Parts: sequence; C-alpha cells; structure tokens
Amino acid sequence: MPSPKLSTPLEQGGAPIASPAKAFADVTASDSTLRRFLHGLPGVDAVGLEARAASLGTRSIKTTAKAYAIDLAISMVDLTTLEGADTPGKVRALGAKAAHPDPTDRTTPTTAAVCVYPDMVAVAKEAVAGSGVKVASVATAFPAGRAALGVKLADVRDAVAAGADEIDMVIDRGAFLAGDYLKVYDEITAVKEACGTSARLKVIFETGELSTYDNIRRASWLGMMAGADFIKTSTGKVAVNATPANTLLMLEAVRDFRAQTGVQVGVKPAGGIRTTKDAVKFLVLVNETAGEDWLDNHWFRFGASSLLNDLLMQRQKLATGRYSGPDYVTVD
Amino acid sequence: MASLFEYAPAPESRAVVDIAPSYGLFIDGEFTEAADGKVFKTVSPSTEEVLSEVAQAGEADVDRAVKAARKAFEKWSALPGSERAKYLFRIARIIQERSRELAVLETLDNGKPIKETRDADLPLVAAHFFYYAGWADKLDHAGFGANPAPLGVAGQVIPWNFPLLMLAWKIAPALATGNTVVLKPAETTPLSALFFADICRQAGLPKGVVNILPGYGDAGAALVAHPDVNKVAFTGSTAVGKQIARTVAGTSKKLTLELGGKGANIVFDDAPIDQAVEGIVTGIFFNQGQVCCAGSRLLVQESIQDELLDALKRRLSTLRLGDPLDKNTDIGAINSAEQLARITALAEKGEAEGAERWSPACELPSSGYWFAPTLFTNVTQAHTIARDEIFGPVLSVLSFRTPDEAVAKANNTQYGLSAGIWTEKGSRILAVANKLRAGVVWSNTFNKFDPTSPFGGYKESGFGREGGRHGLEAYLDV
Repeated sequence: MPSPKLSTPLEQGGAPIASPAKAFADVTASDSTLRRFLHGLPGVDAVGLEARAASLGTRSIKTTAKAYAIDLAISMVDLTTLEGADTPGKVRALGAKAAHPDPTDRTTPTTAAVCVYPDMVAVAKEAVAGSGVKVASVATAFPAGRAALGVKLADVRDAVAAGADEIDMVIDRGAFLAGDYLKVYDEITAVKEACGTSARLKVIFETGELSTYDNIRRASWLGMMAGADFIKTSTGKVAVNATPANTLLMLEAVRDFRAQTGVQVGVKPAGGIRTTKDAVKFLVLVNETAGEDWLDNHWFRFGASSLLNDLLMQRQKLATGRYSGPDYVTVD
Repeated sequence: MASLFEYAPAPESRAVVDIAPSYGLFIDGEFTEAADGKVFKTVSPSTEEVLSEVAQAGEADVDRAVKAARKAFEKWSALPGSERAKYLFRIARIIQERSRELAVLETLDNGKPIKETRDADLPLVAAHFFYYAGWADKLDHAGFGANPAPLGVAGQVIPWNFPLLMLAWKIAPALATGNTVVLKPAETTPLSALFFADICRQAGLPKGVVNILPGYGDAGAALVAHPDVNKVAFTGSTAVGKQIARTVAGTSKKLTLELGGKGANIVFDDAPIDQAVEGIVTGIFFNQGQVCCAGSRLLVQESIQDELLDALKRRLSTLRLGDPLDKNTDIGAINSAEQLARITALAEKGEAEGAERWSPACELPSSGYWFAPTLFTNVTQAHTIARDEIFGPVLSVLSFRTPDEAVAKANNTQYGLSAGIWTEKGSRILAVANKLRAGVVWSNTFNKFDPTSPFGGYKESGFGREGGRHGLEAYLDV
C-alpha cells in the first residue's frame, strides 16, 4: 500500500500524527499526486469481499454474547429523524427516547446520539440535556450535497452554533465520480475547519452512488486524510445504503489508516439496518476486522431509526424469556 | 486476555445423528460382519471419544464384495441411462434431506468444523450426485463417441480428509456411467460412508451396485489387486499411489490417481490485499490444511511481503480454534494422532532447517489432536517444508521479485495439483496461469469446487480427472 511516508509508523512505536492533513501534504499537493495515491491503494475484489462479509454473517451469537451485543448496539444508535415533516414535538419525543430507550427498564443504555436537520439542533439539544446523548446534525446541503461550498459551510456553522456535537456531511459525489478528488478533499477540510474543536465530523460517501468498491476505498482514504472523525456509508435516502460488504471495506480502511498514521477514525453504517440480527452481524464485522478498539460508540455507530425498537424487543425477550411485541416499546 | 465480545458457545446438536455402537460391512445390499470377525474403533479426533466399532474388511470380504458388484453390474449397466439417473437423483435428494445429520456425523468422525461440513462438504456432495445424474442419459453426447460402455467393477479407495465428498466424487460418475462400485473408506473416517450405504438402501438402489468396505490399507491393497476389478480410483498419498500404480501395471485395469500436492499461492504486488489474505487463509487453513490442493506455499512479491505478512498475522489472530461442532469454530482438530505426529515432525524440521516459525496466541484443547495455525517465513526452495507435503495447517512463505521467478518457483516441485494467482491485472492472470504446471489454477480465489469443473494433477499429484465431463472418461471404455 502506498504509504504517506511517515518517519516512524505507529506499529514501530511512533507517536500518532498530529494532523492527517499535514502528514499527507505531499499526497494532496496536487490533483495528480492525490489521484496517483488513491488509485495506488490496493484494489478490492468484489466477490471476495462479499464472501468474507457473508461468512462473518454466519457467526452464531447467543446468550451472554447476544446480551452484550444488544446493549452495545443500543448504545451505538444514532436515533435519526430526517423528514421534511419533522416537528419540534417529534424531535423532543426522539430525544426522550434516546435518553430512556425503554421506560420499563432503566438499565437500558442510552443511544449514542439523536440525528436531526440543522434547524432542529437547538430543540434536540434541549431534549437530551443532561442525558449524555449527543446531538448530530446532517449539515452541508443534506442529502444531495449539491450546493455551493459557502452554503454548505453556513449550514455547518449554524448547526455548530446551535450546539451540535457532531456534523454529518455529505461529499460531492458528482465531483468524486468525475475524478475531481482534490475538490472533494478541500470541501471536507473546509467543513472540518468549520466544525471547530467542538464538533466531530462524520463524512458520508453515499456508497450506493459511488458504485464500485474501489471507489469506496478511495473515498474512505480521502475522507480520513482530510480529517474525518468518522466515515459513514450513506444518507439512508438512496436505494442501496449500508451493506455488510461496504461496511467491512470501510472497517479495513480505518484499520489500515490507524496502522499507518496512529489516527483512529470511526465508522458509521447508515440506512437499511432494521433488525437486531443485522446489527449483530455488523458488530461481528467490527470485532473481527477493525478489532475491539472500535467496539464502543465513540468509534462505531448505527445510523438507524427503526433498528432501536427491534433491539429493545429482543432485549426484553432476553430479560423475560418472552417476546412481547411492538406495543411494549414506544413509537417515536 | 479475554476479548470484549466473547462469543458464547454455539454447538450444533449431536441429537440429530444416531450413531450405532457397531457397524458391519455393506456387501450386496446387506450389512454383514467381516469374514474373520475383525473390528476396529473409530474415534472423534476432537475428543478422542470412541464413536463406534466397525467391521474391518479383509481379503475374503473384498472378494465377496467384488463378486456382488460383478453380479449387479449385469443388470445395472443394462438399465437405460434415464433409469440410473432416477436413482442418482433420489440419492442426491436424500443427501440434501439428511444433510444436517450427515454434517454433524462428518464433523464428529473427522474433526473438521461444522461450518465446513455444513456449508461446503454436504452441498457439494449433493451437487455431485445431481450433476452426474444429469449425465447418465446423455453419455452419447459427452464427446466419447456413440454408446460409450461402462468398464465394469470399480474399486475405489478414498482418504479421510473429505470422507463423504471423496465418496461422491468417486461413486456418482461410476454409477452414472453404469459401473458398479466397491469402495473402501479410510480407517479413521468410515462412518459417513456407512451412512451412505443406508442412503443407498433408502433410495432402493439395486443390491450390489454399491458396496462399502471399511478397513485398513491391506483391504485397499486387496481391492486394487483383485483380478475382477476393472477400474481403480484412488485418492490419497503419493507413496500409496505409487504402490497402486505398480500393482495395476501390466493389467487391463484403468487407473486414476489423485495424490499429494504442494500448491503455490502467488500474490503479486497489485493484488487485492484484503481478499488475498482471505484466500491465503482459505488456501491453507481450510480443513486444517488437510487438503491435497492446499495453497501450502505462499509466494509473495517482495515489495509487499512485509505488509502482507502483517495483515496475514493479524488475520490469523482472529481464527477461532476449538470444538468443531461449535458454529463459530474456524479451525478444528487434526484427523488422527498419527497425522498430528507427522505434522509436528515436519514443522520441527522446518525450524531445525532455519525457517522462522510463528503461530498466533492460541490455546489448544487438552484432549484430542490439535495443531495451531502456523506460518514459516525465511523459507527457501531448499527447505523440506517448501518441498514435502505437510497436510496440516502449516504455511511456508517464500518471496519473488518478477513474474518469471514466481512461475519458476511455483513449478519447482514434484507435485502439480493446484495454484493460485492474486492480481488485479487480468492479462497477468492469463499469462501466468498458462505457465503453471498445475491441474487447477484459481485466480483471486482459492479452494473453490464445483461438480462441473474437472480436478486432477500433474507430475506426482497423479493423473486422470474427476468432476465435469472429463470425470466421465475415467469410467467409460473410450
């Protein structure tokens, strides 16, 4: 793998680099050096990748392991509402649910965050106050990302000013697919700067639109080099969102990136993960690919809205031995 | 250190299989004692528990079985192909119906993980019977001329690494082409073949068409030497293969041999690294490396050697070794104490000759036969572990600088069964594959099997092909 030529790679006892952007200055010096670097990353064999993801999906997780996985998954959920019809009332309800996912069982962990549009950040912030639940906001002209950079940055600053702890940005897929990698890189670094020190940045690639696994690996490295705190599969607004294969690929990318730079980056699959069974499969991918350093909600998230209730029902079933049904968990 | 996400044990139930305390030989449609009354025990390699006592075939039993097969041949070979196909389809369907039972049985008797017997072995076993059932009434169109005739009685000797799959590879084409069969399974894994005998009865297969003789090498030798056997098929070690070739030489018997291997898995610097790592793992740790076509020599381009080895070691650290019946187990037990001793001795020789040995931190169960996944680096072509087949979870890593060097090293072996090529460059795959002297060359994958694809070796890996249309030839008078 082309290395960013660090003098002391972390695995040989070097310190983590202070800033990926500085470490990769040679790579990002021009469009052509960046292209050469991204296209020099190891290729992805689609058949092999999907076979590996499928084989990890057959791990049998039961009893104590399942209980652990369910609580872990709940704590990793970014409870999300991203509808045009969102109201303050709905966001408040979501915040309350994030803080107490199962009112009948106070041992249930809180979710990691609630994820809302920028105009709802203040409402959400108030709703989760004191619970430890973070507020994430999809800024940068979500979900298409088709706006001028100034508009996107204003969107981000608004959300940060309203108290957002995390910004979920979408990349300009058009620029990426056109091979204009430097433009994408510059946008991410600009957004990262707008996030300041108070908000962590999740970079959404919309993997379903990137179309090839090679592109997903390149986008992952591009995002990480530009300073992403998280790389995220999708908006949840297109046909193909998070899959075990694209998440496995991104987990490989964060693992390799840390090995080279010492910088750890989180991963967030989003969209289409609806059942406990699916969520557990993703946790197995995390455990056996990136490793247990990623097994907490600082480094791994689920972008999901309907997943939480299934996790809660499965949790109740493990606790009581009975499956109670959807009326025993709250609707948002 | 215990990991955060400790998977709870998830063992497959043993209750799905009912193993009798004793089994007989299967001759002429009946289970029967050995003529001299001898029996032997078969044990579970993962626990050393005695599973059952099995009748041990001797020379007299071989003679009885061959006579039964000869008698059955008259009627069986005279059946229209479409009728034989019906029996084969029926057998295939029964195998599918009983696949869970057979998978658990095979794991108990062989020691390989349930996920392999369940997800790889049994689906392939059924697929082979389905595939050759499809050929039974189309032999005129197989490219061997009109009305190709069966040979007669096939004497088949199979190994312990894929007991039921090797049985399917041998029996399915033999029956489809109108031959009858006397098969000797390996002494450490006779049970699934005996269950198969029961399946033959369940399918209503005429008596004597399939005969199963559990036993040792002497029974195999008697079968091979029997004057009324027309075709000998053997899968196993090269040493035994040579003995068989000597026995058969000068007779009219047809012979196919599937013997040892020392497959090269060649990773070029433009390979899809993560998938190559998976392919290397599949290549050498599938079935604990007890695979004749295992990719037991890793040839890696020098420029990515360190990176690839780091990735491989990290991956090996996630392999889960233990109870083969646990669905989360990746690495099961070695098949027998003898085999474990052979692997151990060869690995020690590797160390003694100066190669560097590495295994992940790995706790081995206290009973049963176990060997941790092992890598050897600093290996050269001159090392014993780069030349001799180890038949265990031991990978020898060598490096190369140019494609020509890779080809030269890959071909520099007395074997020639399999090879792998890992590169993103399609033209390189074709160019290198054409130069490799191996029966199977996989590209960007490893250990993939399909009934439609012929399998067999070059050089000391044997001759003849099994599987595919080519697999019919070995059982037809062409």
